[in-house]
Amino acid sequence: MIDHLSWIAIAPQLLLLVMVCVIAIYDLFLKSPQRHATHYLTLLTLAGAAFLTGSAALSGQTFSGFGGLVVSDPMGNWLKCFAALTMMVLLVYARPYAGARGMLRGGELYTLGLFALLGMYVMISGHNLLIIYLGLELLALSSFALVALRRDDLRATEAAMKYFVLGALASGFLLYGMSLIYGATGTLDIRTLAQTIDAGVAQPQVLMLGLVFLVAGLAFKLGAVPFHMWVPDVYHGAPTAVTLFIGSAPKLAAFAIVMRLLVEAMPTLAFDWQQMLAVLAVLSLLVGNLAAVAQTNLKRMLAFSAIAQVGFLLLAFVAGVGADGSTANMSTAYSAAMFYIVTYVLTTLAVFGVILLLSREGFESEEIDDLAGLNQRSPLYAGVMAAGMFSLAGVPPLVGFYAKLTVLQALLAAGDGVYLWLAVFAVLMSLVGAFYYLRVVKVMYFDVPTQTAAISAPFELRAVLSVNGLMLLVLGLFPGALLALCAQAIASLLV
Amino acid sequence: MGLLSLAIWVPIFFGVALLALGRHLSAQQVRWLALLGSLVGLAVTLPLYTGFEIGAAGFQFVEKVLWIERFNIYYHLGVDGISLWLILLTAFTTVIAVVASWESITERVHQYMAAFLILSGAMIGVFSAQDALLFFLFFEATLIPMYLIIGIWGGPNRIYAAYKFFLYTLLGSLLMLLALIYLFNASGGSFNLQDWYQLPLTSTEQTLLFLAFLAAFAVKVPMWPVHTWLPDVHVEAPTAGSAVLAAIMLKLGAYGFLRFSLPITPDASQDLAWLMIALSLIAVIYVGLVALVQQDMKKLVAYSSVAHMGFVTLGFFLFNELALAGAIVQMIAHGFVSAAMFLCIGVLYDRMHSREIADYGGVINPMPKFAAFALLFTMANAGMPGTAGFVGEWMVILGAVQANFWIGLGAATALILGAAYSLLMFKRVYLGAVANDNVKALLDINAREYGVLAVLALAVLFMGIFPKPFTDVMMPAVTELLLHISVSKLP
Repeated sequence: MIDHLSWIAIAPQLLLLVMVCVIAIYDLFLKSPQRHATHYLTLLTLAGAAFLTGSAALSGQTFSGFGGLVVSDPMGNWLKCFAALTMMVLLVYARPYAGARGMLRGGELYTLGLFALLGMYVMISGHNLLIIYLGLELLALSSFALVALRRDDLRATEAAMKYFVLGALASGFLLYGMSLIYGATGTLDIRTLAQTIDAGVAQPQVLMLGLVFLVAGLAFKLGAVPFHMWVPDVYHGAPTAVTLFIGSAPKLAAFAIVMRLLVEAMPTLAFDWQQMLAVLAVLSLLVGNLAAVAQTNLKRMLAFSAIAQVGFLLLAFVAGVGADGSTANMSTAYSAAMFYIVTYVLTTLAVFGVILLLSREGFESEEIDDLAGLNQRSPLYAGVMAAGMFSLAGVPPLVGFYAKLTVLQALLAAGDGVYLWLAVFAVLMSLVGAFYYLRVVKVMYFDVPTQTAAISAPFELRAVLSVNGLMLLVLGLFPGALLALCAQAIASLLV
Repeated sequence: MGLLSLAIWVPIFFGVALLALGRHLSAQQVRWLALLGSLVGLAVTLPLYTGFEIGAAGFQFVEKVLWIERFNIYYHLGVDGISLWLILLTAFTTVIAVVASWESITERVHQYMAAFLILSGAMIGVFSAQDALLFFLFFEATLIPMYLIIGIWGGPNRIYAAYKFFLYTLLGSLLMLLALIYLFNASGGSFNLQDWYQLPLTSTEQTLLFLAFLAAFAVKVPMWPVHTWLPDVHVEAPTAGSAVLAAIMLKLGAYGFLRFSLPITPDASQDLAWLMIALSLIAVIYVGLVALVQQDMKKLVAYSSVAHMGFVTLGFFLFNELALAGAIVQMIAHGFVSAAMFLCIGVLYDRMHSREIADYGGVINPMPKFAAFALLFTMANAGMPGTAGFVGEWMVILGAVQANFWIGLGAATALILGAAYSLLMFKRVYLGAVANDNVKALLDINAREYGVLAVLALAVLFMGIFPKPFTDVMMPAVTELLLHISVSKLP
């Protein structure tokens, strides 16, 4: 007997599934090389998904369906809503780029994108280890194919190969960890898992081994050092539109499964996984920031910057449970992490949006020097890019400052000693980060233009990009609403 | 909207308007619009002085609105006798900066003027913020426009200087951010400065917090040994950029000591006063000696700025009323004098495109009017009685002698050094025979330059002859600050 709540819980997933089939079939009959109908139908679908998840999130209700296999809670719904919006923005940015590179000869960009989003939705709302794994695989397989979408491009296919091999390895880690945890506890359900571990009936050695594999798998997916090797190559090799995809929406889903698998399923083991995450965070901050300094390719630099940013994000997870087992800081810490990832995705969209805007047929605009003198060519887009860079560097009054502030506040609230040193280390690494972010600003504002071609892009791209850039500033001046949203979403998860 | 909000947002509004409309306007229209913006910005700060209730303790023109609920951050503004003059000085200097850049900036004028106006709003924000995070936001927001001003319109080595400026100051302020968050957590979730003044803190906590604040403010002041960015930046920055940097941005750091270090960590301030006094005396004497041997006029004035700011930090950590008030007077006086010194160099640089002292000589012959102004400002820089430069330094020296004769003696040597390097430069640049044909061909200052220098000259003389309006306004605030310092906060 399936109650109607179950159907409501998976309504957005159903919508996506139905629509992706409809679009895939409808696209076969399209002759237009521009694929107008596919494009707008996809945007409509995404808007529908964003509306469904957004209104569910606003209602603030939490309920599970299919006997606890899936859950619909404010955190998940907000993340799904943001993921759908991210995909909409992304498709608008990607369209001229993809069109100029023969990536719109078929409708795969749209169908694979929707399948990937469906995978994210399944991950985000999964409340069972296997469901989460299924969603993850759907996302991963769609991503591999997206990276290889320019099949004649040597670098892209190489990147897809690397991504596939390492991604499969990560999935293997994750699955192995899940099976060990299942062996130790006898359950796949996240709620039961928490109770079983809390009761102390699980085999501790097997459980710990499972946890190690689980964290390693998650670190692969997040791109944290030392599991980061795929990130620079895939960012660099993939078509820029796909790089933007990999760097944006899936991060939201990855955040969600960290919350589900670690915070929800194993709060009692927090002390153990926090230590592992602390090591990952420190290494990511160190390697990401230092390696980014040496890059001349903008996409590679942003890849290392992504690694460093993940390190900062992980610090928030480290701050959740105090050394004495106190849980008072949990909601502060995890809502900081959520705010961090949401604003990071927003910033990434703006930054890659400018890169996509500047690239044109036969020119990728992916070297840092390609941005030279952008301020003279277009002050508006130079401003958007500068806002993105200052935001990533954490300079007020841009939103990235509050992201860093919330994480640091959670870290210091967790206690003295090691937390304080982690915070000091994080700000010192931010200083290194400021150096390479500033370099992009320097190139745009201080150097003489090397490109003279007029910047041409469809109106919808320019409009969305301007709004996106403005959001970085507006949210930096009035971050209160988004902060409150994250706090509520996490609070309803933790009760 | 309150007066303080207007003082902050009017220049920023004009700056944003310039960015938005600038491309459709001619350079001349942009200049006039920027001048209008800076004048309106100055006009809205004047009622702060006329409406200021002299003698009243506490803050006036207070505005307080809850801004970010999650962190209990308030949009909380207010002025007391210390910040009032700094706000007026900021608005005043912005007008000067706009007029001084009238002809020398020809490229991307609208962005240049917008950067100065936005910078002005942000700096007034620093001086009026009563909420620690709001202070920090404005403090950091000043970095971006200044980075662009130096990097786009600066000299040949401008990119190195822009980086140095940004990264040096960012390092300090990031450590300060940690201190702010620590205090936020310790005070049970408040960023209100007044709450922090009452917060008991252990000796270790205070020392660490003091050092974190020191990292931010010492770099900004700048104190020896973290002053090395200043000469590089001054040399490369455009004239008005140097003037604003010296006149106001350096004061942001000094002001931070008054609002954070001294009242929040009074015990650590007392314990570490020896260190601060030592660093200040080194700045005054050693950097004064360094200034003596400079070949580049801007570098010389930059080092003399470090030396003069040494007086300010020295006055802060002697803990008597005379020295503290003297230090604050010195902040304002240095604002006028250093701006004037950099503008004088700018006048020469615009004509000769050289800052080397050796390229000049006998400038007084082709430019007698200009040389008269330059002499006045040089004297003020040397601390001659009757000019603004004298009042603050004299008060600090008196205060130092009260505290300890030897400190007073050390500080007093600076007057000799100051006279030496200032007059030496004047002699080599302005006096003597005309050095070469380029100097011979110099044209005397035009009406615009005359006006700017005359206004500054009046300010310097007025403050030197009749400093009472300045000291009267600040005395209650100084007394209150000393009260905060004298009460131990150890639990």
